[in-house]
Amino acid sequence: MNLTFASITEIADAVKSKKVSAKEVAEHFQNRIESLDGRLNSFSSKNSHAVHEAEALDARIARGEDVGPMAGVPFGIKEMFCTKGLPTTAGSKILENFVPPYDSTVVARLKKAGIVVMGKLNQDEFAMGSSNETSFHGVVRNPWNLDCVPGGSSGGSAAAQAARLVVGTLGTDTGGSIRQPASFCGIVGVKPTYGRVSRYGIIAYASSLDQAGPMVSSVKDAALTMEVISGFDNHDSTTTQRSVPSWSRHLKTDVKGMKIGLMKEYMTGGLHPDVQKTVENSIETLKKMGADIVEVSVPMTEVAVPVYYLVAASEASSNLARYDGVKYGYRADFKNLSAIDLEEFYSKTRGQGFGKEVKRRIMLGTYCLSSGYYDAYYNKAGQVRRLIMNQYLEAFKKCDVILSAVTAAPAFKIGERISDPLTMYLNDIFTTSTNLAGLPGMSVPFGMSQEGLPIGVQLTAGHFEEQKMLDVAYALESASPVKGKNPHVV
Amino acid sequence: MIDKKTIEHIAKLARLHVTEEEAQEYSLQLAKALAHFEQIAKIDTTGVEPLITPTEIESYWREDVVKQEFSAEEMTANAPSKAGNLFKVPPVV
Repeated sequence: MNLTFASITEIADAVKSKKVSAKEVAEHFQNRIESLDGRLNSFSSKNSHAVHEAEALDARIARGEDVGPMAGVPFGIKEMFCTKGLPTTAGSKILENFVPPYDSTVVARLKKAGIVVMGKLNQDEFAMGSSNETSFHGVVRNPWNLDCVPGGSSGGSAAAQAARLVVGTLGTDTGGSIRQPASFCGIVGVKPTYGRVSRYGIIAYASSLDQAGPMVSSVKDAALTMEVISGFDNHDSTTTQRSVPSWSRHLKTDVKGMKIGLMKEYMTGGLHPDVQKTVENSIETLKKMGADIVEVSVPMTEVAVPVYYLVAASEASSNLARYDGVKYGYRADFKNLSAIDLEEFYSKTRGQGFGKEVKRRIMLGTYCLSSGYYDAYYNKAGQVRRLIMNQYLEAFKKCDVILSAVTAAPAFKIGERISDPLTMYLNDIFTTSTNLAGLPGMSVPFGMSQEGLPIGVQLTAGHFEEQKMLDVAYALESASPVKGKNPHVV
Repeated sequence: MIDKKTIEHIAKLARLHVTEEEAQEYSLQLAKALAHFEQIAKIDTTGVEPLITPTEIESYWREDVVKQEFSAEEMTANAPSKAGNLFKVPPVV
């Protein structure tokens, strides 16, 4: 059995039927991480107990216990997720030494399903970035071209998955942080509907936008992982009480008669020629498979980026107020604590603990929420946000799934955009409106640039309509011209 | 450009020390970002209820029971400075 390229189900079945032990699987991927990650920097810390935990799983299997649908499947977890006993830094100095006393709901559910956590994956600081260049743990490199960014903020997850250092990874998506790196690294990344997946134990960035999801190598693995992590959690009042569908069992490549919407606003040109070609190819493919292509319009998406940055920065400035140097995390050095003014204590600690991009967003958000500006900014953004959502809901009356580019261009070079925040923010032009409207969205690999960089296609569906989106992705995957292609580091 | 006084005021509200150099950078960048936000000011939103949580929150009942999921030791284990199970902080009054 080729462990490196095996799917989640293949590994779990082999482990459960004792064709291979969970220990052997864990060791295999541990070796891959050891030999390859020096070049990628996708892991910010490793779980030194991984092999031991795999052995414990083998012992349970030997006793005849049911160890779950993901028995012995090695996973990498983004730094945003609290993991009991493993460092959880959010890519920030301010949480450098933080070791949570509990697991986030998603990680707890995955563990219950049998995964082995191999370590924590690098990311942009507090998930604020589209290039994984703002991490305290350093830049992550794209396995397809080490001079390029892997995307962000879940850059470590995307790079580790593309290089097959693990069998599955978890990411978080506030404005595209799962879909964009998935596209840049040629993997499948899904952001579920807002409320589908619990946010309990995930470090908060922008609470009304944040959602966790799988970043894996196939649509089926994504569906399986979503089944494990989704569903009501009494620790998160925004989770839905709807039952979790068996997405993976219902997956089908038959898209005959399905209506694929192309958004007028996204078809205005300006795409990199290779991205344009990839999108066109995917449309042609679906047409040949019998899907109907229809034009839809969501005019308000033109203001999605400013609305997104306003909402995200405002909520972040509030969420990040908790980092005060008292209960956990970094504290500035004070010689005589009893002689220090409390305000100075906070401000020095936070000034030293947060990185540049995070501070910039805290400043922006604080400004927007400050007295006299709330109505003009956050409230107004909330109103426009409703208009964006309503227009989407109208569009989904005419189609099942909306297809578009994920980003205007493939992965860019490290250092190329970091000095210009506004240009960096415009990376997110196709992804942010999905979060604003709370819709599910995903990226599925479907092309390759002339330079050999992967290109994904974005699919978006109505609230809680993940199945439709996954089916279209499954169909595209079955006909993908880049199927089976892997980065050279693999 | 946003003036220095405003930057200092915002930094104070955010309990965030910013250096001279950062203050200068932010005054330009914030102004640029805010100008970008002007696009939304023109949109007519009369009578529109702001959207905060994009999917419906369904309320539910639960028993009001006392739970102790963590010990004091666990909850203070990450503190940068403590005395016993108490957090050490500067004088607050």
